[in-house]
Amino acid sequence: MARRKRRTPYQVFRAVALAVVVVSLVAPLLWMVAASFKTNVDIYDSGKAFAFTPVLENYTKVLDQANYLQFIGNSLWVAFAATVLSLILGVPAAYSMSRFNMRRSALVVLMARVIPGVSLLVPWYYVFSNLRLVGGFTVLILSHMFVSLPLVVYILMGFFDGLPEELEESGQVDGLTPIGAFRRITLPLSAPGIATAGILSFIFSWNNFMFALVLSGADTKTLPVAIFDFVGYASIDWGGLMAASTVVTLPIMLIALFVQKYVVSGLTAGATKG
Amino acid sequence: MASLASPRQPGDLTGWTRWANTHRKWLFAAPAMTFVGALIIFPLAWTVYLSLTDAEGSVRAESEFIGFANYLEVLSDTDRFWPAVLRTVGFTGVALLFEIVIGMAVALLLWRPFRGERWVRVAILLPLVATPVAVGMMWRLIFDPNIGMANQILGWVGIGPQPWLAGQHSALPTTIFIDIWQWTPMVVLILLAGLTALSNEPDEAARVDGANAWQRFRHVTLPLLMPTVIVAILLRGIDALKTFDILYATKGRGGGSFHEVETLNVYAYGLSFDYNEYGISSTVLIIFFLIIIGSMWALTSRRKKGAL
Repeated sequence: MARRKRRTPYQVFRAVALAVVVVSLVAPLLWMVAASFKTNVDIYDSGKAFAFTPVLENYTKVLDQANYLQFIGNSLWVAFAATVLSLILGVPAAYSMSRFNMRRSALVVLMARVIPGVSLLVPWYYVFSNLRLVGGFTVLILSHMFVSLPLVVYILMGFFDGLPEELEESGQVDGLTPIGAFRRITLPLSAPGIATAGILSFIFSWNNFMFALVLSGADTKTLPVAIFDFVGYASIDWGGLMAASTVVTLPIMLIALFVQKYVVSGLTAGATKG
Repeated sequence: MASLASPRQPGDLTGWTRWANTHRKWLFAAPAMTFVGALIIFPLAWTVYLSLTDAEGSVRAESEFIGFANYLEVLSDTDRFWPAVLRTVGFTGVALLFEIVIGMAVALLLWRPFRGERWVRVAILLPLVATPVAVGMMWRLIFDPNIGMANQILGWVGIGPQPWLAGQHSALPTTIFIDIWQWTPMVVLILLAGLTALSNEPDEAARVDGANAWQRFRHVTLPLLMPTVIVAILLRGIDALKTFDILYATKGRGGGSFHEVETLNVYAYGLSFDYNEYGISSTVLIIFFLIIIGSMWALTSRRKKGAL
């Protein structure tokens, strides 16, 4: 691009305004990360707001004493399993709903986005505690699928809507069955859509808090629930709390940046169809 | 050779393959529909039933059918229920207003390409994917009345310390601020997708006709973008009504000791899992659900009539 000789007043205004936006979005996150490298004494000292000696003691506390490695494993396992199962159920369903125009069935699945989660938790808790499943991974994974399955169906329906049917028909001309055409033609072409749906489902499951708060046990706690170990009734271990928060949210933010294109297309899926 | 030219139909097959291909519509959809039915429809029906009983205490305890008594009790409760309704509606309304206005402004700034665009997009994505509970904790430190950065910054410009989350009247506005910080980027992304999909021609035509930037936005871009704005309001509105994580992270159970951030969702959660008042809680949830459906319906039907 050719270098501009002069900036118009609008360009200057835009640069300043966007700088303000960027700083106000990023600064709080940097502040959290900075606090996670401070001793609690330094956090209480406003003179050490920027000039402090970074320490790792909060992270050793989080990873060694607070058993966070186990919680990281729990979060990974639940998010991974919920995502894979949602894709297995959601991909064919989204395909059918798109190809056969099953709008009413789709609406039922999308209802899940509207219903307040608490109203599902009471019946689930009743049923699953009778089955002695509360506190185990099965029920956690099932509850997270409640969030990820509708997401998968919603994103992929839009994706399948955009794939021309002629491709499958030409496959059938070449001797494929309708299901064979779906498997060998549509599915490979849908890889970007499936990646988008999978990534979004993983992020939302990783970040989910309310279901794990009720349904997880001491050994199956996920990270968002485990954060609360650092909030006492009388006092808060700020250093540990910020280190724990960083451990929860930094990995998911980094992953999202690597696959930014997919995340954005998933978040805005269906937005422009009106 | 004519038979080879037409697509292969399920009728040409035999046995299981034929059955599967003929019924693929439902074969594909059934597992997901069954899952949704079992985990959503059935619990929802149960919630309706529970709202008509006096269920409380243990989930296994006996309960009696009491008709609409719970609804009468809840709807006449001016102590916890109606304040929670007001907070829910206020939280959502104020947060949505700011998110749409700021989100529109930022989306317009990002509309035309420029150098450094990538970095702005990275910054916009970060709050969106951050774990809400961690975001709540982060702001809890920043807004701490004694050691928080917020009061320190106010001190630099000569304003006295504020109680923020700790204040009985400032807690709710502070949580609204946190919601705006985290979710305005969502509105930016949606509106930007809408803007990018717009054709340039109407805008150019208006420019040729001598319309200034504001006139072009008000009379050309905004009307064309309105469907996307409605989608943003719908998606964000539903989630804002159901906000739970940041409220629980910043104020704990019951929305704080004076219930200062207790919205319907937080109230219903407390009734269910702190007090085991399943009947009353289910009633609150049904009313809450009706409020959500009602506002969605109002928004989409006004849009169909072309009023928006």
